[in-house]
Amino acid sequence: MQSTPGNNRRWRTIKSAIVSALSFIAAILVVAPLGFVFFHLVRSGAGAVNLSFFTQLPKPVGEAGGGMVNAIVGTAELLGIAALIGVPVGVLGGVYLAEYGSARSNRMLRFIADVLNGVPSIIWGVVVYGLVVLRFKSFSAYAGGLSLGLIMIPLIMRTTEEVLLLVPNGYREAALALGISRWKTIVHIVMKTASKGIVTGILLALARVAGETAPLLFTAFGNRFWNHSLREPIAALPLQIFTYAISPYEDWHRQAWAGALVLIVGIFFINIVVRLLTRNPAFRVL
Amino acid sequence: MIETAVQSPNSMSQQVTDQGTHLPTVAPTEVPAFKVQNLSIWYGQKQAINDVTIDIPSKTITAIIGPSGCGKSTFLRCLNRMHELMPHTRVEGKVLFQGEDLYGAGVDPAAVRRRVGMVFQKSNPFPTMSIAENVTVGLKLNGLRKRSLLDERLEKSLRMAALWDEVKDDLKKPGMSLSGGQQQRLCIARAIAVEPEVVLMDEPASALDPIATMKIEELIGVLKSNYTIVIVTHNMQQASRVSDKTAFFYVGKLIEFNDTKTLFSQPKEKKTEDYITGRFG
Ligand SMILES: Nc1ncnc2c1ncn2[C@@H]1O[C@H](COP(=O)(O)OP(=O)(O)O)[C@@H](O)[C@H]1O
Ligand SMILES: [Mg+2]
Repeated sequence: MQSTPGNNRRWRTIKSAIVSALSFIAAILVVAPLGFVFFHLVRSGAGAVNLSFFTQLPKPVGEAGGGMVNAIVGTAELLGIAALIGVPVGVLGGVYLAEYGSARSNRMLRFIADVLNGVPSIIWGVVVYGLVVLRFKSFSAYAGGLSLGLIMIPLIMRTTEEVLLLVPNGYREAALALGISRWKTIVHIVMKTASKGIVTGILLALARVAGETAPLLFTAFGNRFWNHSLREPIAALPLQIFTYAISPYEDWHRQAWAGALVLIVGIFFINIVVRLLTRNPAFRVL
Repeated sequence: MIETAVQSPNSMSQQVTDQGTHLPTVAPTEVPAFKVQNLSIWYGQKQAINDVTIDIPSKTITAIIGPSGCGKSTFLRCLNRMHELMPHTRVEGKVLFQGEDLYGAGVDPAAVRRRVGMVFQKSNPFPTMSIAENVTVGLKLNGLRKRSLLDERLEKSLRMAALWDEVKDDLKKPGMSLSGGQQQRLCIARAIAVEPEVVLMDEPASALDPIATMKIEELIGVLKSNYTIVIVTHNMQQASRVSDKTAFFYVGKLIEFNDTKTLFSQPKEKKTEDYITGRFG
């Protein structure tokens, strides 16, 4: 015993206070940039978010007004194409990992998926540029959607695998013991039980790629007008923001801020839906 | 007697020899539900069942008792090929179900499990499904579509599982909303809805309170008239209460198999006697 119990207690109280103060500061440091970004976006962009922003095409340089409706619709189309590619492949890959694969092949697949998750997104743009854009000699919505879909695949694959593994084995056994075939058990029992988790993973992957700019530079390319075919270059919000932000025009800067605000609010909205899915007891499955 | 003999190919060949040799015809005993011959099972290098030979009779309740880890579940699960869901299992020997080799080439495990159902220790109603859906899911996923038939089977199964009166007004409620004992009876209803011939039960009441346990035991007694039942239990009182036949397993071996009354009152083997008198286990 080096100190009296009283001293000891005081020293412990002080240590506890210091640690909680430090963690509080760390927490502020994490949240502050988010608040700052959001505040700045609202201040600079809210003024330009009006009806014509959502309904009009961009005006030529020099003319005031106009909007980004083509970019908003374009982003929706790109996300649709990306989902058509990323969701089936990612979900089936996750099902393979959780339900079928041997320990050996799984270790390899997981490693590859994790490496792919770490690949900088611009690389996907370059890959699709080489494989699709050069071959068909045109930037296109297909190419843009493909590059986003490729980013989604390993993300969805891993989240799907994780939520499927959370489904207790007792349900698989109960279904198989009823004479239900393996694949029907997986689809109707296991995936149904984990469906909220799978949907959450898909939404998070969509939210993640919705703001991607780099892979679209080489693939979707951007378009100041409506695109009439998915084989043509297509506008996207992040691209439009990028183009407008690096322009020398004051009016375009305001529109870029407005675009960024709309994009952030959209992604925020997806995250809120995810929160509801995972939190509300009525939805709770996993 | 002659009619049954003509229907079954096995007894038919017997009849021919009988006629040929003019031997008196032997009264045909009931064909056993399972004829297990020299069965051994391994998990990887570890042997869990060691050279077990046993005939499990039809339309009776057979209890399997023995200390924990002696291979009761493993044995039970190989009667409907559930054990092979675990990786690295290996089976030697034969399991004949109604004369058919369960492990023969080309036998579909799903088809086996449709005829040999199972109820587990931990009740496990499907969490996304209502009470009604839980009962009919096996039928639906095996291709039965007709609404009226499904409703009929639903009521019949719930009645047989002694659950109908408690849930008939709540069929749309989640299966998970029931109490533990009700959930287990729901699982029994789910198992019998697909109309198997055998129901395997792996310690079906071990997680339940005494009253719920009693209900399950009553239910098992009623099911006997329609189904062959094999029940694993580590509770000897339960075995003696519910079963007609009892098999005592010890470290993977079948030590003794007899009528339940005889096994508990006059065990032949020293090991059995030690176990049922509570000297170990
Ligand atoms: N999946 C498994 N992998 C390896 N060993 C197992 C597995 N399941 C059971 N065993 C072993 O097999 C033996 C029999 O187990 P089990 O059939 O579950 O016994 P019981 O049901 O009588 O308690 C035990 O020694 C157990 O450790
Ligand atoms: Mg067991």
